[in-house]
Amino acid sequence: MSACVNIRGGRVIDPATGRDDKGDVFIVDGKFSDVPAPGAQEIDAAGLVVCPGFIDIHVHLREPGQSAKETIETGTRAAAAGGFTSVVAMPNTQPVADHPGIIAWVQERAAAAGAVNVFPTGAITVGSKGEQLAPIGAMAAAGIVAVTDDGRCVQNHEVMRRAAEYCRMFDLPLFDHCQDTSVAGAEAAMHEGFWSTVLGLPGWPRMAEEIIVARDAMLAELTGARIHCQHLSAAGSVRIMREARARGVSLSGEVCPHHIALTDESLKDYSTDFKMNPPLREQTDIDALLGGLADGTIDILATDHAPHTVYEKEVEFAAAPFGIVGLETAVGLFCEILLHRTGAVDLPRMVAMLTVNPARLLGLDRGTLGAGRPGDVTILDPAREWVVDKELFATKGRNTPFHGWKLRGRALRTIVGGRTAWEISR
Amino acid sequence: MTSWNRKDLTDLAGLSAEEIVHVLDTAVEFKSVGQRKLKKVPSLRGKTLVNLFVEASTRTRTSFELAAVRLSADVVNITATSSSLSKGESLKDTAKNLEALSVDLIVLRHAAAGAPQFLADRLRAGVISAGDGSHEHPTQGLLDVFTIRERLGRLEGVKVGIVGDIRFSRVARSNIHALTKLGAEVTLIGPPTLVPREFEKLGARITHRLDDVLAGLDVINLLRIQHERQKAGYFPGTGEYAALFGLNAARAARLKPGALVMHPGPIHRGTELDGAVADGPHSVILDQVTNGLAVRMAVLYLCASVAQKEDA
Repeated sequence: MSACVNIRGGRVIDPATGRDDKGDVFIVDGKFSDVPAPGAQEIDAAGLVVCPGFIDIHVHLREPGQSAKETIETGTRAAAAGGFTSVVAMPNTQPVADHPGIIAWVQERAAAAGAVNVFPTGAITVGSKGEQLAPIGAMAAAGIVAVTDDGRCVQNHEVMRRAAEYCRMFDLPLFDHCQDTSVAGAEAAMHEGFWSTVLGLPGWPRMAEEIIVARDAMLAELTGARIHCQHLSAAGSVRIMREARARGVSLSGEVCPHHIALTDESLKDYSTDFKMNPPLREQTDIDALLGGLADGTIDILATDHAPHTVYEKEVEFAAAPFGIVGLETAVGLFCEILLHRTGAVDLPRMVAMLTVNPARLLGLDRGTLGAGRPGDVTILDPAREWVVDKELFATKGRNTPFHGWKLRGRALRTIVGGRTAWEISR
Repeated sequence: MTSWNRKDLTDLAGLSAEEIVHVLDTAVEFKSVGQRKLKKVPSLRGKTLVNLFVEASTRTRTSFELAAVRLSADVVNITATSSSLSKGESLKDTAKNLEALSVDLIVLRHAAAGAPQFLADRLRAGVISAGDGSHEHPTQGLLDVFTIRERLGRLEGVKVGIVGDIRFSRVARSNIHALTKLGAEVTLIGPPTLVPREFEKLGARITHRLDDVLAGLDVINLLRIQHERQKAGYFPGTGEYAALFGLNAARAARLKPGALVMHPGPIHRGTELDGAVADGPHSVILDQVTNGLAVRMAVLYLCASVAQKEDA
């Protein structure tokens, strides 16, 4: 059955084409159209923002192997509830997604149970152990959109160099979790600074990230590969990336909401809801990240949605896993921080960082409202006030530091291929 | 009027100067108990205390046990190897089970920083830290300031040098918090690898040259060198450490006449402290042990009083 909707009277923002006007958007048989479909579902978007469906390039759906934390079904419902029509699934599942069989399994589960589009990634190395290249070609043929050992960082520069060279053959971007483990040891639990000193927790210095961002800049320049630095947290990373990009090096980066919303002072009561990798840093780092977003050094926003069970997080700080859920709070936090509180970017720029920029990096036929493209739409109220209530989350994860936060900005309707995957009343 | 309304003691960072002084004054009263023929008072009769030591300890566990016994509490000792934690039970479940057994006070020694706070936030029972990872060792901090005040008669303006592995030392952190709140001047001494600059924000001075400050100190507190740290490359070896930062007889001779030499124990004689200095006229190391009992009696008594009120 065809999925046809006519979305009327909204502020239409499509950064890919430069469109920003009051008008209509039509989806006919699941794809965008220049003309409305007779008899289509009519959606009144007056007073709201209509944009291409948001793409989150950094999500942990936890399947296969960790369905107590999340499933593809619950994770994609959370994505829809947060305004995302597409998610890129990280490969650090159990087992690690390092061969085409697991990629196919994820695609089948997503097709059967997914509320939004799921684009799998494959591991760089077998088992994400950082030693031997995974069958990247076979996984590319199976449909991965990027490779990454996320959760871990390839420490051996030679292995990473060969991965970068090899990925060029398939035009696959290489995502990197930038963490030098000789600098940030296995016990590192939080940012190294005043608060780690007071709390007596092993520190994770900025340099551990910056040294790998610098390595990746060199490798991108050497090999011509597209390297993408995930979840940037440190001021120096922005500085290194700015310099590299100014020279035309194909290095990109992403910022997650928690790294611009919170500082390491948040950990002073040892709450594990603030334990993440990379760790929450200092205001100077937040200022640098915002500066990087403002000047275009960093042009992608992501969540690093990382659900864990309650019992895993309710332990001594050192024993708790890293990560927080992010899909359902990200858009609110980005609107609140980037638009309302700091004005670091304007609304069209923010939309670009959630749509066309990730789509281009991944080579996806999405992120724009152009005719013939898949009809994924996010309808946004950037001023909508709401209070985060983790008990209402669609994700299985309750590990959020933002419970009770008042935010301005929320996706009111998420449309995937012309069908409404999520909506809340205006 | 009391200056104490806490059921828990998890750190000294959160205590006011008034609260610290209140504990010290209470400890003065309890110290006299240890000097009597009958070394026991009924203050905690009918109360149950669990010594939950998930990390190895001899002197602190014994000190807490004796403190509880002298207050007439019933005491149960649980160590890491004898607890269900060694079977993989979570700290929360262990604690909830103890609470279900109507325990009034839990003394926790744990390798994870923040573990006492984690329990304190979840239990009606009072929780007292006996040291958590590299975070704090609050009763050690209290017994150290008690000893200084007892010997020198004051804390305001007293110049205290803390020497050694500050980075990983819970003793150092508790000492810094207590001493700076009470007006002492704290200098941290050691190699930059073990004395990060961030400690200056806690109100301490930092130097990497013991010989430059030695003669001006009223108190020198030498921390145990943790030999396991050497493998991580924080300093080249104990020989070089002893040459740069060890309190040998020649250095001890340069101390002020009434200066105090302290050490939380166990001592590595010949490394951070020469044997003759440890046993010499400046040393108050055994006073620290004695005072630790009085301070812990005071802490148990004060926290139990508040925990009891909350139950009521």
